[in-house]
Amino acid sequence: MSKKEEASLEKQEQNIENAKEIAQKRDMSIDEGREITIRSFKYDPSNPNSKPKFVDYKLRETPGMTLYIALTKIKATIDNDLSSDFVCRAGICGACGMLVNGKPRLACKTLTSNFESGKIELLPLPTFKLIKDLSVDTGTWMKNMSLRVNSWIVSKEKTDISKIEKPVEPEVADEVFELDRCIECGLCVASCSTAIMREDFVGAVGLNRVARFQIDPHDERSDEDFYELIGDDDGIFGCMSLLACEDHCPKNLPLQSKIAYMRRKMVKV
Amino acid sequence: MSKIDINGDIVESLTGTTIEKKKSRIPARLDFLQSATGLILALFIIFHLIFESSILFGKDSMYAITKMFEGEFIVKDGSPIFISTLAMVIFAIFIFHAFLAMRKFPSSYREYLRYRTHAKLMNHADTNLWFIQITTGFMLFFLGSIHLYIMMTQPQNIGPFASSDRIYSDLMWPMYLMLLVSVVLHAGVGVYRLIMKWGWFDGENPRQNRIRTRKIIKIVVVFYLLIGLFSLASYIKIGYEHRVDYGKRYSVNMGDK
Ligand code: HEM
Ligand code: SF4
Ligand code: FES
Repeated sequence: MSKKEEASLEKQEQNIENAKEIAQKRDMSIDEGREITIRSFKYDPSNPNSKPKFVDYKLRETPGMTLYIALTKIKATIDNDLSSDFVCRAGICGACGMLVNGKPRLACKTLTSNFESGKIELLPLPTFKLIKDLSVDTGTWMKNMSLRVNSWIVSKEKTDISKIEKPVEPEVADEVFELDRCIECGLCVASCSTAIMREDFVGAVGLNRVARFQIDPHDERSDEDFYELIGDDDGIFGCMSLLACEDHCPKNLPLQSKIAYMRRKMVKV
Repeated sequence: MSKIDINGDIVESLTGTTIEKKKSRIPARLDFLQSATGLILALFIIFHLIFESSILFGKDSMYAITKMFEGEFIVKDGSPIFISTLAMVIFAIFIFHAFLAMRKFPSSYREYLRYRTHAKLMNHADTNLWFIQITTGFMLFFLGSIHLYIMMTQPQNIGPFASSDRIYSDLMWPMYLMLLVSVVLHAGVGVYRLIMKWGWFDGENPRQNRIRTRKIIKIVVVFYLLIGLFSLASYIKIGYEHRVDYGKRYSVNMGDK
């Protein structure tokens, strides 16, 4: 065994020890946790006989349990008709957004142990089309948003892949990459009062996207061009600066400052 | 109005773009003006409440300030016309601001239901602040108008006794109490949101700035509520003591009793 592997194994053991310790403090054994209640919204809009309702599921908490794990357990052992979305289980794909006790969160990044009362209420993300129960269609919304804000590099320059790309200042590249970390989970949209009231609002995700290309030196579009994309009350001027996007983005993107930045640019056009 | 203008409006209303197939610049202007009028009103309130609470330093201080605003330094003994002009200008800005900001109110049952249910579920600090903003904004429609109309039409009735008579004997204090609370909250939340909206002091660390801004605004709001409430209380007290002499005016040689 290499030194590195040894260290990693040691770390794993340490983690298990820690989990046991937490479990003991909570008066539960490693595989027999406290009972938690997950109340989920259930409704299938495609089925004329389905009526919206809430269903309570009781289950045993396990150490390190995320809502993703809890929901998988519910589906496997209690109700195989419950729908919710997942892909990566690691906060990368953005598929598992839902309202958790009212707050937009990623289920795979939310530990059940964070909820002292052991009662967790789950609702589908508002503003997106409901597919079934906790599953919503963020994909179509995001595709439309991308088309609407022309979410791609616009440049007249012919790409010559045999040549090295034009260099970009490292700080500028960092800034662009920072904004590129968006995973299109839609939590910013689902937390936004403007989006809730006004269906056509482009949302923080869209404004962040425009800022990303505005900053990128590869993109040749002028502020006038960007104004054509977001210069109205469904775009930048619709934002009321309530900052729920900033406070709920699981990727901690600097939404407040970037939206303010775009607003300053657009108001001067 | 020229023919071109009218066609321009028709084209834009039908197609969503100007004749040159460009987006209108009007939404940008409106957003800017909404903020500008809000800021002017907030700056006005910041000074107004300070001057008005001069009563806390005695009747003479308040009297001196009143005379200053009546333009004593320009015309002899001053004239209330200056006050009614100021009130008119503020009223115009106030109406324009309300006109612009009104666009943001939830405007149907469904919009209100969706917004309110979501806000209650989420219980997010700044979203809750906005509820205060629109509620107090709505109250100001009425309260602000009453106050400004009186200042425009009876500018001569300002002074240690005149104001106190109005507040106590004319039973205006409940109106002033609501006006004070709503205007201070509205301006406080409004200025905080302005700073966030335009990223004025974002600097190197916008998140740090947000926390600091909230703290400062909170302190300022509490300060203004306190001086406002104490001054209102002292006008009520003076008005009560002066109730038998209702209508009599103050003059400096009366001194502070
Ligand atoms: C002296 C009185 C007032 C002051 C000091 C004041 C100040 C402000 C400020 C600084 C803002 C932020 C502007 C922005 O976000 O662009 C604001 C927003 C607002 N004001 Fe006022 N305002 C006053 C009167 C009113 C009145 C009479 C109304 C009645 C409709 C009103 C309704 C609103 C609303 C609804 C907003 C929110 C707009 C938004 O979210 O974008 N305000 N106010
Ligand atoms: S900006 Fe943040 S909250 Fe919005 S979609 Fe991207 S990652 Fe999700
Ligand atoms: S499952 Fe991919 S982010 Fe949660």
